[in-house]
Amino acid sequence: MGMTMTQKILANKAGLDKVVPDQLILADLDMALGNDITAPVAIGEFRKLGLDKVFDEKKVSLVMDHFTPNKDIKAAEQCRYVREFANEMDIENFYDVGEMGVEHALLPEKGLVVAGDLIIGADSHTCTYGALGAFSTGVGSTDLAAGMATGKAWFKVPSAVQFVLTGEMQEHVSGKDVILHIIGMVGVDGMLYKSMEFAGPGVKNLSMSDRLCISNMAIEAGAKNGIFPVDEKTLEYIAVHSDRKPVIFEADEDAEYEKVYEINLSEIKPTVAFPHLPENTRTIDEVGDIKIDQVVVGSCTNGRLEDMIMAAEILKGRKVAKGVRTIIIPATQKIYMDSMKMGLLEIFINAGAIVSTPTCGPCLGGHMGILAKGERAVATTNRNFVGRMGHPESEVYLASPSVAAASAVLGRIASPAELNGREG
Amino acid sequence: MNAKGKVLKYGSNVDTDVIIPARYLNTSDPKELAAHCMEDLDPDFRNKVEDGDIIVAEQNFGSGSSREHAPIAIKESGISCVIASSFARIFYRNSINIGLPIIESPEVVAETDDGDVLEVDFTKGEITNVTKGKTYTIQPFPEFIQELISAGGLIKYNKAKM
Ligand code: SF4
Repeated sequence: MGMTMTQKILANKAGLDKVVPDQLILADLDMALGNDITAPVAIGEFRKLGLDKVFDEKKVSLVMDHFTPNKDIKAAEQCRYVREFANEMDIENFYDVGEMGVEHALLPEKGLVVAGDLIIGADSHTCTYGALGAFSTGVGSTDLAAGMATGKAWFKVPSAVQFVLTGEMQEHVSGKDVILHIIGMVGVDGMLYKSMEFAGPGVKNLSMSDRLCISNMAIEAGAKNGIFPVDEKTLEYIAVHSDRKPVIFEADEDAEYEKVYEINLSEIKPTVAFPHLPENTRTIDEVGDIKIDQVVVGSCTNGRLEDMIMAAEILKGRKVAKGVRTIIIPATQKIYMDSMKMGLLEIFINAGAIVSTPTCGPCLGGHMGILAKGERAVATTNRNFVGRMGHPESEVYLASPSVAAASAVLGRIASPAELNGREG
Repeated sequence: MNAKGKVLKYGSNVDTDVIIPARYLNTSDPKELAAHCMEDLDPDFRNKVEDGDIIVAEQNFGSGSSREHAPIAIKESGISCVIASSFARIFYRNSINIGLPIIESPEVVAETDDGDVLEVDFTKGEITNVTKGKTYTIQPFPEFIQELISAGGLIKYNKAKM
């Protein structure tokens, strides 16, 4: 029996010829990541070990993104604690206000993660880097502490489910719709402990931005990771962003999958996840009349340049509906700058939206767009749990940047197609 | 190693955002976190919970974010053990890493009601429902995890080896 792509990376990093599902292994890390919420806990644990350095100053990334620029005194204290640690330990990849971005948009952009890597992050959406052909998964702060100390982490080798993609996406459909469709199909615990392995001729039709978005939300199906094969697009992306050499792993022909799903990308429609679970999906034609108070375009799921472009295409020459607070957050400084150079920020502001400095902000109900009781938001983020963006009785609907922008214009959840032929 | 207490029972997909809402994550102080534990799901949790109590829940307990603040808040609230039909994987490893005992048993969950008294013998691998007078056998942890727990969590385990 052969190995899946995930299993091959794990075997390689554990120094083993072969691994099988459920095997416990100790593997070497290429990167250990923490943010302003999880790193303070990890640093506290790390201190208990009494060490004066991390295993490798180049292989630890600390990104201040959740509550930054510091939203209150406690957040400021947490960031200071991490900042002091980063200085003391000479951590190269410490990203603070001015240099930072939402971690999972930032690491690939900075070239810190490449194909073949094994990455842990004390943040559940660390699974994003599967898009680059790496094994990456979210862990807790204690795992991060041990990882920073030893350069290793323990794993249980996952079994896998394969998603064979065919066809090409229709207009106004993007990676977000694909992953929402899949989560709607398998459920929020459908992939518990497993790896989602994408394959098939449809992969080449997905941009890197689509793939990053899809891998990002693997965790919303409960998966350990979501990984894409490495192709020309991946290699080009890595060559542009990184000095590091990618290592390509391919699944064996006789790799074992618990289940194989075939997904024809051309059949996927714009999809929205209703409160309060990402699995509560409806296609845009089944949505009905849902009035909204706020739209958020941003996050590690959909805050990349391609997402900004999608939103701008809809908002160009249009106005957001009165009463819909529209908040646009480019995920990194570079995306912010590129959006500026392309004139996107002007389009947003003319449309009546606001543009924020990079931050996680409203995605986790941190700051910069908290919902009051009974309010509704359409967000391009990845979670719509109870209270995720504010009051426990507020609601979050997850959608693509195109749907979010069209909804902002019409004041209700809407398909971008509804704007066709209208002025813009 | 034993746990005994009354059951606080919950449904499926109890996520980390309701276990400890993000608005309280500007601190990592266990006491402050415990003060808001389960607040968005069961505002009365704080008043009901007593030392030793056991959370019993259905599928996918602890889904969502990787915040270790979630098991920390639960442990600091006095909960001695969480039993669920299934757990989200990051929550599972976080709990073990910080030394919060955690057991997967759909059978026990199906037959346990809110308020029942459960006794768990981790060494023997037994759960007894004292209220209903029924005993269940559970899978002991794999050896690797047992070592980790008996060392008192991942950090102490590593420290012992350094
Ligand atoms: S943008 Fe949202 S999901 Fe992504 S890292 Fe930040 S809080 Fe987490």
